[in-house]
Amino acid sequence: MPNLDESIVREKIRTYITHELIRDPDYDLADDEEIITEGLMDSFSLADFAVFVEQEFDVYIPDPDLTVDKMDTLNQMVDRVLRG
Amino acid sequence: MLTPETRPTFATLLDAAALQASHADAPVISFIATGADPIQVSRTQFQERVRGYAAGLTRLGVAVGDLVIIAHTQNLESIYAFWGAMYMGAIPSMFPTLTEKLDPRTYMHNMNELVARSGVRLIFTSDDFAPVMARTANCPVIGATELAGLAEDVGQDELQPHLAHPEAIAFLQHSSGTTGLQKGVALSHGAVLNQLASYAEAIALREDDVIVSWLPLYHDMGLIAGFMQPLVQGIPLILMSPFDWVKHPALLFRAIHEHGGTLTWLPNFAYNHLARRVRQRDMAGVRLDSMRMFINCSEPVRHDSHQLFLQRFKDAGVREEMLAVSYAMAENTFAVTQTLPGHPPHLDVVDRRELEGKQLAIPIPPGPRAATLVSCGPTITHTQAQVLDDHGQVLPERLVGEIAIRSNCMLRGYYKRPDLNPFRDGWYLTGDMGYMAEGELYIVGRKKDLIINAGKNIYPQDIEAIVNTVPGVHPGRAVVFGVPDEREGTELIVVVAEVDTTDPQKRKEIAKAIRQAVAQNSTVTASYVKLVGRKWLIKTSSGKIARAANRAKWLAEQGYGPSVNAGAAGKGDGRSSQEK
Repeated sequence: MPNLDESIVREKIRTYITHELIRDPDYDLADDEEIITEGLMDSFSLADFAVFVEQEFDVYIPDPDLTVDKMDTLNQMVDRVLRG
Repeated sequence: MLTPETRPTFATLLDAAALQASHADAPVISFIATGADPIQVSRTQFQERVRGYAAGLTRLGVAVGDLVIIAHTQNLESIYAFWGAMYMGAIPSMFPTLTEKLDPRTYMHNMNELVARSGVRLIFTSDDFAPVMARTANCPVIGATELAGLAEDVGQDELQPHLAHPEAIAFLQHSSGTTGLQKGVALSHGAVLNQLASYAEAIALREDDVIVSWLPLYHDMGLIAGFMQPLVQGIPLILMSPFDWVKHPALLFRAIHEHGGTLTWLPNFAYNHLARRVRQRDMAGVRLDSMRMFINCSEPVRHDSHQLFLQRFKDAGVREEMLAVSYAMAENTFAVTQTLPGHPPHLDVVDRRELEGKQLAIPIPPGPRAATLVSCGPTITHTQAQVLDDHGQVLPERLVGEIAIRSNCMLRGYYKRPDLNPFRDGWYLTGDMGYMAEGELYIVGRKKDLIINAGKNIYPQDIEAIVNTVPGVHPGRAVVFGVPDEREGTELIVVVAEVDTTDPQKRKEIAKAIRQAVAQNSTVTASYVKLVGRKWLIKTSSGKIARAANRAKWLAEQGYGPSVNAGAAGKGDGRSSQEK
């Protein structure tokens, strides 16, 4: 398990979400913004996020953790990745 | 089994194998979900539950011929309620459930439109949403636990199956649209049995087939192919929820591997979703060799999606001959055509300019001028298709026109809408544009503006109406259209709206409010939101917003020239042609 730096993980995920999922690089994504329940991206994106995290950080998030409840904000996503 | 030969031995859907006393232990459904053990239901258990739910509905005062809306999570309870309603002679219809994401006011406004127009007797939903819906619904609402309670303690002889007339309405399929004005496609027992018989023949259905489905039951592909067919035929169904599958796409493959799946139906986007979003680790030890067909249906079929899927999963046992295509619609119960089992779909490589400019499909060698179209196959038995010009004249092969169909599995009509006649001289006009070649059907586009996003039919005007309510957007100055996306294998939704403010912060807030409003009031997500100043949008001489012209302008501003646009679409279905 590589030692992941929180601020790097956070910015990489933020950039990924605004560029790839929201498709608006200028979007100011707040750390606690409810990305899925507020309609910025759909739940398909959780599967895409899982692939990104596996490729970028070599972290495998098991399916039961890939839910809207557990992955709705940037904070939740970062915390889950840091747990490895 | 039900085939065109054995069809006369079936009178109604209550002759379904799942409802027969024989083979009491035979599996009917295995319901699987992430993080939970599978639930296996045998014929005996299925029959007990169906009878129980039928009794429960009767105890609630539901009578023969009453319309029962099932707007519940995709689970066994909604299945028992559906069959229970048919068992006691009511007319069930599956509907998308209310979700946390949707605005309950919009959802209930639409539901009440349906209640008013169609005379809904009862809405069945989840325990969570029953109280929310009951507050504003103009008809009784019952939650899952309450109906399950009423379904208990039913005597063996308390309720006999309703002896429906074969031509009586069995259930409704609600066709596309995000408003409450959706039309209820009324299907008789006889029509559904005719479809299942012909379709079983078309896919060479076998008693040892195993159907695996994640499709929603409120969609014809999910309801007929992935639900009625296995239950009527007595073939095991491995079912999951679409909400579960989109987040965990490998669930489908694990189900195929563990249950020896042979048949599944997928909208085109699902080939891309699986190829791109099933992780390496999820495929460890998973084999797909048992499959006979992955059937692509319900949105334009892209050859590149098939190739992507094949390349990614060939090591897991996917072979080219497993790729299949069906053209289907709720008005024909389900399938109109089907490619041949055991053979990959035929490809038609034609001159793109001739196709778009002259509506002619002229074969040419592959190259930059070529568009590759994927065949939908020949029509199934007892369904006929013809291609018509603007004057209703039948066109010869390789000329593009509107597809009209006639069959023994057509809708009876739109429920309680005698004002709408779906037929012209006995033919149903589909609104889809296509051509016939060597006896097979190719779909080129659509007559009207319609976006098919991940298998869902979306009318752009419904989304425009939502965007127009967002503060800061000039009412009536928003346009919505679809753009084919090679990565996702489907059309993505673009919103362009005129605003006055030039303040960057305010514009961001408006853009976000548009995304939220679309998410809360429809079943889709806006992939691109572009805010523009006044007079950006192009209007027609009559003052209406010109959707195709604005789409071309947006594509040009994004850096896609017209040829790039045509190229993107041409790789799949050439569907941009009808919008030019």
